[in-house]
Amino acid sequence: MSDFEPKIIGFLCNWCTYTGADLAGTARIQYPSNIRVIRMMCSGGVDMVYVMKALLEGADGVLIGGCHPGDCHYQSGNFKARRRVAILKKILQQLGYNEDRVWLRWISASEGKKFANTVTEMVEYLKKLGPNPFKYTGNI
Amino acid sequence: MKKIGLFICHCGSNIAGTIDIPEVKKFFSEYDDIEISDDYKYMCSEPGQKKLRDAIVERGLNGVVVACCSPRMHEITFRNAAVSAGLNPYKVEIANIREQCSWVHQKEKDKATKKSIDIIKTMIEKVKRDEALQPIEFDITKRALVIGGGIAGITAAVDIANAGYEVVLVEKRHSIGGKMLELSETFPTLDCAQCTLTPKTVEAGRHPKIKLMVYSEVEEVKGYIGNFDVKIRRKASYVDWNKCTGCGLCQEKCPSKTESEFDHGLGERKAIYTLSPQAVPNKPIIDKNSCRFFREGKCRVCEKVCPVQAINYEMKDEVIEEKVGAIVVATGYEILETEKIPEYGYGMYKDVIDGLQFERLNSASGPTAGEIRRPSDGKVPKEVVFIKCVGSRDPEKGIPYCSRICCMYLGKHARLYKHKVPDGQAYLFYMDIRSFGKGYEEFIQQSMEEANLLYIRGRVARIMQEGDKLVVWGVDTLSGRKVEIKADMVVLGTAVVPSKGATELAKVLRTATDEYGFFNEAHIKLKPVESMTGGIYLAGCAQAPKDIPDTVAQAGAAAAKVLSLFGQEKMVQEPLIACVDTDLCSGCGVCVTACPFDARMLDVDEKISIVNEALCQGCGACVSACPNKACQLRNASPKTYMAMVDKYL
Ligand SMILES: Cc1cc2nc3c(=O)[nH]c(=O)nc-3n(C[C@H](O)[C@H](O)[C@H](O)COP(=O)(O)OP(=O)(O)OC[C@H]3O[C@@H](n4cnc5c(N)ncnc54)[C@H](O)[C@@H]3O)c2cc1C
Ligand code: SF4
Ligand code: SF4
Ligand code: FES
Repeated sequence: MSDFEPKIIGFLCNWCTYTGADLAGTARIQYPSNIRVIRMMCSGGVDMVYVMKALLEGADGVLIGGCHPGDCHYQSGNFKARRRVAILKKILQQLGYNEDRVWLRWISASEGKKFANTVTEMVEYLKKLGPNPFKYTGNI
Repeated sequence: MKKIGLFICHCGSNIAGTIDIPEVKKFFSEYDDIEISDDYKYMCSEPGQKKLRDAIVERGLNGVVVACCSPRMHEITFRNAAVSAGLNPYKVEIANIREQCSWVHQKEKDKATKKSIDIIKTMIEKVKRDEALQPIEFDITKRALVIGGGIAGITAAVDIANAGYEVVLVEKRHSIGGKMLELSETFPTLDCAQCTLTPKTVEAGRHPKIKLMVYSEVEEVKGYIGNFDVKIRRKASYVDWNKCTGCGLCQEKCPSKTESEFDHGLGERKAIYTLSPQAVPNKPIIDKNSCRFFREGKCRVCEKVCPVQAINYEMKDEVIEEKVGAIVVATGYEILETEKIPEYGYGMYKDVIDGLQFERLNSASGPTAGEIRRPSDGKVPKEVVFIKCVGSRDPEKGIPYCSRICCMYLGKHARLYKHKVPDGQAYLFYMDIRSFGKGYEEFIQQSMEEANLLYIRGRVARIMQEGDKLVVWGVDTLSGRKVEIKADMVVLGTAVVPSKGATELAKVLRTATDEYGFFNEAHIKLKPVESMTGGIYLAGCAQAPKDIPDTVAQAGAAAAKVLSLFGQEKMVQEPLIACVDTDLCSGCGVCVTACPFDARMLDVDEKISIVNEALCQGCGACVSACPNKACQLRNASPKTYMAMVDKYL
């Protein structure tokens, strides 16, 4: 299992976490390269269908990054994300699936270090957890 | 056919030092839809941009991906370059391979190279689906509405009018000036409030570009930024102000007296009255509730004495329609009623007064002509207790916030009291002293040292009436001792709360208030004067408690926002906003509630949802809420995201 490299898809809010990830770069904070980022305008715009799609197609983890509560550029998007993720996690649980493959984190534009740490932590966690058993292979 | 150009930037060695650029370039030279895969040392430099422009022209590119630094850096640079070569700017995308790849995986060169290829692949998917978009343009009605005629509203109105635009200034009371009209002297300079305010009210009253509508309220607002239709109700004053000269005879002769709201119950006024002698406009209204004629059907004294026949008992409310392009909300504040404070006597003790009552006592035009006399028996009080944070910073009372002005105005009151009653003693109970403004700490220090005021750190638990004294029970938390003061008068620094009707007005304006009822700014740090609704701006205490300097500064900022809107030929909006696939929309209305900007409406005839393009901010909340996948953000459709996810896995 030691050579297993988890794949993480990150849906990051443009105003906070995406900028935080940029800051990690500017500060040259190193973290594992396992994450692939999609820039969203707001965490509230992350459709849980995208998350499901990623999991079905074999992503080992999904990170949704939004602004801290109260800081959403559009006022309430991150609260919407929080609710949706909670529901998605319930559904995943019922499918007998480890819902901890989906992480929702509040990371601000000034928290480059936190972004790098989150990715590092997530990679370690997923390495322990092993590959996504859900990996979808055939056609629906 | 897609003809996409890929341009990979070395960024000196910033990217090239980690990522194997020849490898990436080679990988994409054979890639579907890629017309040209090229690289350059500094893409953002002029030769780099020229490479891009030339390729667009020579190869007939219909899409461009630049793999370089964060889109937050140079997206705009490359979009502009594309425009000058004839390509729509929205067909240019950035693959962020510096901040989010080469800089953060410096020791894993192979992995970084692989990752950069993945990132570029997804951006190619995006460009393939991007449509050429045009900025959306709207006409702007270059007139403003200012609601509330306190110092905030007056400042904003005058600033906008001085720039040459018409302003409708709507004030609920029958004169402008707001709370400042009731103040006596103001911290930190102790200058007379009227002397600072009157030139402003006069200017607003006389300004050829300001249409003053006092004794009026906004009843309905339709439309959106740049184009609002407003209905304003002008309440019947029963005095024809066109005829009235403001001579004051009616006020003098009117036989009906009642408690004066302006003097906060400390004085009386007539049934026909002006707010104050300095008021602008200085015209009276008849208060139906106290007028003998309206109550009993007999009197008409004012009609008889009025030399210009201005009295008209038949007058009706009028509803006036105005078209404006921007709105400034400056409806100010109230203070928490002493009735709501059980431990200090529920407002039952006559000599326990609030801050505005003290202002009236100290005012030369107030009920005591500026002498400090207590309300119960008119005696000059010799021991006065001032209590800060009454209601404020008290989560149990539902007011956890700091009211920001009480520390200063109670210090001011105590000092003014000492000026007038030099042998009196002033005690001030405080939690801590917040004197954050320019010159404020100096003011407080001076009060403590020169004016010999007794500051006691601690709260007052109770006040009880004992004969003609008020017994104040408190603690001094610094010495840990209980304190009991037999006072002649107590002044409470009660919490600043939103003005009455603020929540209702917010509904009319379709904008939000916070949990306390103050108008909500669009962003607490970056958009402190914008409301949640486009074209509606906030000034003064309507947004949160503040002192006069901050109020005036914010009002100026709100005016500047209005002016920067009016300065545009047309309103231009980024086209990256929501749209609706009418075939898929079921008219369920989920998007209408999901949208934080009120940009969605149901078209009742067609039973589909529509987007107000002027209001949409492109956040995507509706997209992820829509159960039918009928909402989309332009150039960011679910299909695009799905394809991007696909390429990553
Ligand atoms: C006791 C006391 C002493 C103070 N002393 C000082 C001082 O010394 N120095 C200092 O800097 N600050 C002082 N302040 C603070 C100062 O009063 C405020 O900063 C200032 O008045 C805020 O101005 P504003 O225009 O935002 O609100 P306001 O003065 O409250 O004006 C709001 C106006 O809007 C009108 N209005 C309300 N609702 C509507 C509606 N729906 N439609 C139309 N009109 C409406 C109101 O009638 C009012 O005229 C003091 C405050 C208090 C309570
Ligand atoms: S009718 Fe009489 S009571 Fe009414 S405002 Fe005129 S004078 Fe006063
Ligand atoms: S994208 Fe955001 S602002 Fe635009 S309509 Fe949808 S929810 Fe409203
Ligand atoms: S804008 Fe960052 S979560 Fe909404």
